[in-house]
Amino acid sequence: MLRKQIRKPILAVSAFLLLTLMMSACAPKQAPSLTVMTHDSFAVSESLIAQFETEHGVTINFVRGGDTGSALNQAILTREAPLADVFYGVDNTFLTRALEEDIFEPYESPHLALIPQEFQIDPTFRALPVDYGDVCINYDKAFFTANNLTVPNSLEALTQPEYAGMLVTENPATSSPGLAFLIATIAHFGEDGYLDYWSALSNNGLVVVSDWETAYYTNFSGSTGQGAQPMVVSYGSSPAAEVIFAEVELEEAPTASIIGPNTCYRQIEFVGILKGTPNRELAEAFVDFMLDVPFQEDIPMQMFVFPVNQEADLPQAFIDHTQVPEQPATLSPDLIEQHREGWIQDWIATVLDR
Amino acid sequence: MLTIEHIQKNYEGKPLLKDVSFQVDEDETVCLLGPSGSGKSTLLRIIAGLEDAEGGEVAWNGVSLADIPAHQRQFGLMFQDYALFPHRNVAENIAFGLRMQNRSQEQIRREVQKALQTINMADFANRKVTELSGGEQQRVALARALAPEPRLLMLDEPLGALDRTLREQLSRELRRILHQTKVPAIYVTHDQEEAFAIADRLLLLHDGVILQSGKPQEIYYHPHNRWVAEFFGLGNLVPGEVIGHTPLKVNTALGHIQPACEGKTPDLGQKVSLLFRPTQACQSQADCPNQVTGRVMDRVFQGENYLVSLHIHDQLPPFTVNLPDPPALGNELTVSYQPEDVLCLRNGA
Amino acid sequence: MNMKSILLIWRQKPTLRAIVFWLLPAAFLGFFFYQPLLVLFNLLISPRWGFNLAELDLNRIWKPLWFTTGQAALSTLLTMLIGLPGAWLFARFTFPGKRALKMLTTLPFILPTVVVAAGFNALLGPRGWVNLGLMSMFNLSSPPIQFLNTFGAILTAHVFYNTTIIIRVVSNAWAQQNIRLQHAAKVLGATPWQTFREVTLPLLRPSILASVLLVFLFNFTSFGVVLMLGGPQFATLEVEIYTQALHLLNLPVASVLSILQLICTLLITITHNKLAGQQSMVITPRSQVLGTRRPKKGFERFVVILLVITLFSLLISPLAALALRSVVKLEPSRGERGEISQGLTLQFYRELGVNRRDSLFYVPPIAAARNSFIFALITILITISLGLLVAYGLQQPSHINKILDPLLMLPLGASAITLGLGFVIVFNRPPFSNISFPVLLPIAHSLVALPFIVRTLTPALGSIPRSLRNAARALGASPLRTWREVDLPLLSPAIIVSTIFALTISLGEFGASTFLAKPAYPTLPVAIYRYISQPGAMNYGQALAMSTLLMLVCASGIFIIERIQSDDKE
Repeated sequence: MLRKQIRKPILAVSAFLLLTLMMSACAPKQAPSLTVMTHDSFAVSESLIAQFETEHGVTINFVRGGDTGSALNQAILTREAPLADVFYGVDNTFLTRALEEDIFEPYESPHLALIPQEFQIDPTFRALPVDYGDVCINYDKAFFTANNLTVPNSLEALTQPEYAGMLVTENPATSSPGLAFLIATIAHFGEDGYLDYWSALSNNGLVVVSDWETAYYTNFSGSTGQGAQPMVVSYGSSPAAEVIFAEVELEEAPTASIIGPNTCYRQIEFVGILKGTPNRELAEAFVDFMLDVPFQEDIPMQMFVFPVNQEADLPQAFIDHTQVPEQPATLSPDLIEQHREGWIQDWIATVLDR
Repeated sequence: MLTIEHIQKNYEGKPLLKDVSFQVDEDETVCLLGPSGSGKSTLLRIIAGLEDAEGGEVAWNGVSLADIPAHQRQFGLMFQDYALFPHRNVAENIAFGLRMQNRSQEQIRREVQKALQTINMADFANRKVTELSGGEQQRVALARALAPEPRLLMLDEPLGALDRTLREQLSRELRRILHQTKVPAIYVTHDQEEAFAIADRLLLLHDGVILQSGKPQEIYYHPHNRWVAEFFGLGNLVPGEVIGHTPLKVNTALGHIQPACEGKTPDLGQKVSLLFRPTQACQSQADCPNQVTGRVMDRVFQGENYLVSLHIHDQLPPFTVNLPDPPALGNELTVSYQPEDVLCLRNGA
Repeated sequence: MNMKSILLIWRQKPTLRAIVFWLLPAAFLGFFFYQPLLVLFNLLISPRWGFNLAELDLNRIWKPLWFTTGQAALSTLLTMLIGLPGAWLFARFTFPGKRALKMLTTLPFILPTVVVAAGFNALLGPRGWVNLGLMSMFNLSSPPIQFLNTFGAILTAHVFYNTTIIIRVVSNAWAQQNIRLQHAAKVLGATPWQTFREVTLPLLRPSILASVLLVFLFNFTSFGVVLMLGGPQFATLEVEIYTQALHLLNLPVASVLSILQLICTLLITITHNKLAGQQSMVITPRSQVLGTRRPKKGFERFVVILLVITLFSLLISPLAALALRSVVKLEPSRGERGEISQGLTLQFYRELGVNRRDSLFYVPPIAAARNSFIFALITILITISLGLLVAYGLQQPSHINKILDPLLMLPLGASAITLGLGFVIVFNRPPFSNISFPVLLPIAHSLVALPFIVRTLTPALGSIPRSLRNAARALGASPLRTWREVDLPLLSPAIIVSTIFALTISLGEFGASTFLAKPAYPTLPVAIYRYISQPGAMNYGQALAMSTLLMLVCASGIFIIERIQSDDKE
C-alpha cells in the first residue's frame, strides 16, 4: 500500500524539519548582529568577514536582494522599517534615486582621505564609494589576428564597414552593462548626437540581445560559447577573468578591452548606512572596514572590479590582463536619473523598432 | 454463418487459447461456457476484431475476416461492464452505432424510440447513464448493441454483475429479445443455469479448446468427461479403477460398482470417475449390484423431496441423494443405483 | 449537539462542507499571497509615490499585452500538437526505455532559462552542432539556421518547457480511461478517428482543458524565455514589469502592469471554468496496465518510433548537449589560446567542490542539492495536503467554488518580481526574519505549484464513482477508513503526478528564490546563476556541471516518487 510506504518517511521528514525550524527559531541570540544588504554580485573572502566578526564581537547577516535594481527597490520600499543596517551596491546610474529617496544617513569615514575625489560623487557623504569598474567593449584577439584586422580604437570606428556585424551589445532596458554603454555614447556624442550614432551602428549590423549572459556566452566569439561576434559590451575586467577562470592555464588573455576615449563607461559602487539603524556604531565600523585596505585588496578577485582606495594593491592577474581606460565616459548621476527613461525609450525607437 | 477455426492466443507467454474451432449458424444462440480465466472474453474480442489471434481464422459466410477491422465487421458486442459512454445520455448511447452508419436524423430518432420501447425504457431517453441502476444499464447496453442491426451479437457475461432475481427476469427478457430479432448470438457466461436458459447450443471452453459442444440436454445427459460433469455440477463423482469387462466393473471407495459406459470401453486398470446423479438413486433394492451405504449427516427440504447428505468415507466428500422421505439423522442408509444410472467417465480429455 | 446531528448538518449543507475544506487553503493563500500583494499595491499606487494613472502611456501596455496573448496562444497550440500525441504514446504503449523517456521529458521543466539558452545555443546557435553539421555537409559559408533571437526560438522553448505538463496530466487520464469504451465504439462501427473524436477526446476533455490552462498561463507569464531566447525585440507583460521595476525603478507602473496581468489570469481561468463546466466524468478506475501494449508492426510502429524520435530530439537533445558540454574539454578552435587538449574531463565537477577564492558565498554543490531537495520536500508536503483539501472542496456542489477556484489560480499569474517585493515588505521581519531557515521559499514555491496540484487532483477525484465509497461504507468502513481504503488508492496515480509537479516546480523555481533564498541556503538554480553571471570558461563549465547536477537531482527525485507508485501496485 502507498500509505504504508509513504507514511513513515513523511513522518520522519516532517519531524526532522519541524525540529530544525524550532531549533533555528529558538536559537538564543548570543552576539549582537549587523545586517548588510547587497546585490547578488557581492562577494567577499570568508576569512575577512570572520576577522571582522571576532574583532567587533558581532555576527554579520548578509541579505542578498537580487540584482542592483531589485536590491535598491527593496531598500526603498522598506525605508520605514529598514531590513538592514548597511546597504552596499548602489551604483552611479541609480545613485541619485537612492539619495532622492533619502535612504542613507551621512557618515564621513576617515578612510575617504585615501580615495580620489573623482569617486566621491556624493558631497553629503551619504553614499561612499567602494569600488569601480569599467563597462568596455571586449574583443576576441584571435579573430582580429587571424583576419588581419586592426582593432577599432574609438566609438566612431565601430560604424566603419570593415566591422560590420561584429559587435553585440545588450538592451539598456533590461541589462545594466547595456545601459552603461548607452550612457557612454551619450557622454561622447551628446544628447543630440547619440541617436544618429546608434542608427549608424544599427546599419552596420549591430546585434542586440537582452542580457549579458547571452551576449557574452552565446554571441561573443572570444568566450567559451564561441559565438559569431568578435566584439561584445562587457567589463574591463573580463579578460582577467578569462585567465583566472580558464580551463587550462593561459599565458595571455584570449580577449582584451578597447580603451579609446569614451569607449568605456565607469561604474562606481557605493555603500551607505541605512536610515534609522539601531546599530549606528557597528555600521560605521563595517563601512570603514569596506573602505580599508584588506577589504579593498580582496575586491578584485571576489567581484572583478577595482578598489577605490589608492593604497590597495592590485593582484598580478589584474595588472597583467586588464586595460584601464585613460578617459572613461562619465555622466552626472543627476542627469542620468532625469533622463534615463527617455533615453531608453528613444534608443528602443531607434534601434529595436526600426 | 460465423466460422472459427484453430484460433490460438497466448497471454503473458502462456497459451490461453490452444486450438478453438466452432461455428454459429443463422438464428442460433450459442452459449460459450467456461470457468473464469478460460479465455472466453479474449475469444470474443478476437471475433470482434479488437484483438489479433496468433493463429487460426475467423470467417463470415466463408470469407476470412482477417483484414476487416473491428468497425467494419458489423458485429455487436455487449460488454461485461456495459461500457456505456458516460458523456452521453441514454438515447445518445443507443444512437451511437446508427450515427456511425450515417443514418438520417429522422431514422435515428425512430430507431432509438423503437429500441427504447423494446427494452421497456421509453421514458429514459434523456437520462444520464451514470444515474441508471445496474439492470437499466444492462438493458441500455443491449439496446445499443442491437440498434445498428448487427449480423452477429456477442454478449460478454451480460448478467454477471446483477443480483439473482434481476438475473432471472433479465435472462427471460434477453431470450425474448434475441428470438424477436433473430440475430445469431454468442453468449458468454460461466453460469450453467443461465446457459441452459438461453442457449440453443452450448460450447464448453476448457484448457484452451472446445471440450464439448451440443444441445443443453445432450451435455447434461452425456457429459464428455469428469471435468464437464464437475463443471455442470451433475452429481457425485467417485474416482475408481477399471477391474473387469463384461460386465464393466470398477473398484472404488464404495466397493465394486458396475457402471454404464458411452463410446469406447475403458481399458483394464484405467483410472475413471463414476457419476451418481442424486435424482437417480432409489431406496435399497436387493437385486441391484450397486449399493451405497453411509450415515445421514444432513437433509434439506426441497419441496418435492429431500436432499440428503451421506457420510461414507473420510476420504470422500459427502454423497448427496434426493429422497421422497427424510431419513433420521445419524442413521445408516443404503441407496442403490441401476448400472445404466451410473455413468463411467474418463478423467482426461 | 451530538455527533449524529453534526453529521446530519454536514450531509445536508454542501456550502458548509466546501467552507470547511477550503478553510486551511484559503487562509494559506490569503496570508501568503493576497496579503503581500495587496500591501505592495496599496503602498505603490498611493499619492505618496506621485503616481498618476492618467499619465500612463497606454501604448506601453497594449503592445506587450497583445504580444503576450498571441505568443501564449501560439505556444500553447504547438505544445498541444506535440504533447497530445506524446500523452497517447505514454498512455497506450509499452516500449523499451519508456520510463526513462518519460522521466527525461520532465527534466526541461526544471532548468533555469540561462542554461536552456546555453543548451539551445550548443545545438542550434550559429556555432551549434546542427549548423556546423549543415555547413560542412553542404559547403556553406554561413550558418543556415538562424534560431536565437527569433520568434521561433520563443515558441520552441515554450514547447520544450511545457510539453511535460500535457504529457503528465493527459497521459495519466488517458491511461485510466476504460479501454472498453473505445472497444464499444469500434464494434458499433466507429472508425479509429471517429472513436477518438466521439469517445476518447470528450472523456479527456477535463484533463486536456486543465493542462491547456496551465500551459497557457505559464506561457502568458513567460519571462526568461522571451528575454533570453526571444531577444530585445519581444516583450511580454512580465518582461515589461521586470524592466519597469528593476531597470527604470518605476515601481508604480510595474505594479499597474502586475495588476493587469493578474486580471488577465483571472479572466483566463474564468473562461476555462466556463468551458470546462461541471464535466468531471465518473469513470470506473482501471488498472493502467490493461490498456498498454506493444505497438503493432507496420504503421503503428512507425508512428510510435516517429513520436519517440520527435520527443527525443525536441526535449532531450538540448539537455544532452548541456550534459555533454559539462564533461567535454576545450574545443579545438579555442585551443590556439592554450594547449590543445580534447576529450572528456570531470574538472568542472571537481572544481565545484573547491572554494578557490575563500568566498563567503561559495556554494558546495552537495549543500545546494540538499537545500533544493529539502525545499522540494516541504513544497510537496504543503501542496499535496492543501491540494487534497481544495480538491475535496471543489467536489462540493457549492457556489463559493466559483469564486474560490479562480482565486487559487492567481499565483500562476503573479509576477515573481512583485510577489517577491511583497514578500520582502510583509514578511522580512520577525518572526520570519528570526528564522535562519528560509521558510518563505518553499511557501512561495507552494503558491506556484498549488494550481498544478489542484488541476491534477480534481479530475481524478471527480472520476471516482460514488458507488465505491458507498460500498465501502456499507461494508462497515468509517468515513476516514473509506477515504484511506477507497479514495487514496484510486487517487494515487494523480497524487504521484502532483508530487512530481511539486518537486519539479520547486527544484526549478528561480524568480522568487533570488529574493527569498538566504545566502546560507542557496538552491541549485541560484548557484547556477552565480557561476554563469561571470566570464571565464571555468565558470561556464561549472554552471553546466551544476545544471547537470540539477537534472540528476530531479531525475532521482522522480525515480523515487515513481518507485513508491510501482511498489504500491504489487
